[in-house]
Amino acid sequence: MKFPPFEFHRPGDLPEAVDLLLSYDGEALPLAGGQSLLPMMAFRLVAPKALIDLSAIPGLDGIELNGDSLRLGALVRWCDVLCSPVIANAHPLLVEAVRHVAHYQVRNRGTLGGSLAHADAAAEFPAICLVSDAMIDVVGRDGKRCIAARDFLLGAMETDLREGELVAAVRFPIWPAGRLWHFREFARRSGDFALAGVAMYCDPDRQAGVCRNWHIACFGLGEVAQRVDAVEAFLEAKPADTAHIREAVLIAQRHLVADGDIHAPAGYRKALATELLGRGLNEVFKAVAGGDG
Amino acid sequence: MADPRLVNLTVNGRMVAVSVEPRRSLADCLRHDLRLTGTHIGCEHGICGACTVLVDGAAVRACLMLAVQVEGRAIATVEGLAGAAALGPLQESFRRHHALQCGFCTPGILMSAHALLSAEPKADRARVIEVLSGHLCRCTGYLPIVEAILDAREAYLCGAAEPAGKGK
Repeated sequence: MKFPPFEFHRPGDLPEAVDLLLSYDGEALPLAGGQSLLPMMAFRLVAPKALIDLSAIPGLDGIELNGDSLRLGALVRWCDVLCSPVIANAHPLLVEAVRHVAHYQVRNRGTLGGSLAHADAAAEFPAICLVSDAMIDVVGRDGKRCIAARDFLLGAMETDLREGELVAAVRFPIWPAGRLWHFREFARRSGDFALAGVAMYCDPDRQAGVCRNWHIACFGLGEVAQRVDAVEAFLEAKPADTAHIREAVLIAQRHLVADGDIHAPAGYRKALATELLGRGLNEVFKAVAGGDG
Repeated sequence: MADPRLVNLTVNGRMVAVSVEPRRSLADCLRHDLRLTGTHIGCEHGICGACTVLVDGAAVRACLMLAVQVEGRAIATVEGLAGAAALGPLQESFRRHHALQCGFCTPGILMSAHALLSAEPKADRARVIEVLSGHLCRCTGYLPIVEAILDAREAYLCGAAEPAGKGK
């Protein structure tokens, strides 16, 4: 369907954008890449009084590697992530995840700040933020706030963003050399929303044949991406063998929360997530033993 | 209803100014305001790919962009792929391989393939299929389209296919 009518503003800086958002008393929405917002408007799931286009605000599309973090501006597009040599080294797990975001044509417009603020349950980027302990920089009426991804993502399309607040950037901790990682999702067709997916990393201690600092998240199966802390704690410094993988999968089954919908029932999604988790652990353990990665 | 705005853009190398309401999609602007009906509209929510055009050389859904967002940008549509008298090399290849039947999805697929081969003239089969996965075609079963795109690579490698949408 055609979009419902709205007013359109293109502010030149962040304070102006925040003022504009506030001036509509909650009835204006920020427009980044528009690859989720515009379809929702076409379906009349939202009909904002105004769109505040962020594209003319300078400095929101930066990719910077500072001393202790990789900082990505909110308007960095998926295609920018895929062709950035900086991100290829500084967060290979992110690059692999972004390969699964929508289609080629949508990746030329969609932004990571938009994905985060939209907070779709099946979206890859929020899951990568969650698993990586990313910090979200937001700007609002009272200036800047930094929010941990874990506190930012509250539910299906629900975030900690307050009225008038905008995502300005996402910061990822530095990625050490030798870190092992795995990403896998299952969707019925290429580019579809994942029915379930898993993202994980850990730091191997090759001499001891174990991994430490496990970070594991599952997404697509419930309202919001989930860290499986219990599995992370269980796997810490455990020998890389199949018995421990089996046990980890059982723990995940007890802790993950799944919802069903017309695409797949809850039980199927949970089974899929735990299967992907088990396969991922197997791959990571093989890499520890094999010494690659 | 919001007031119309004047938008300046380049379409297939020609500078134009068009007055549009903010709610006007780029696809509708091309078809209704600029009478470039080669860009087709299928689903109007970014799934089918029929409306794909190039914005500053990148393939995007014209139904998921507002006309007011393309101020100062260069747009390339399927009308820019062919010369005055002859088809472009990609279009020739589609004809040779019978890569269309009803033709509804074809303009979008041609634009995605054109963007891909302009940037990656050595794209392999897997990459072509990945890019094509952003399009729905209900006639061909996709295989002749893949063959047509692969077969057109040579023209892009030797520079016979001028990239469109690089507005002057």
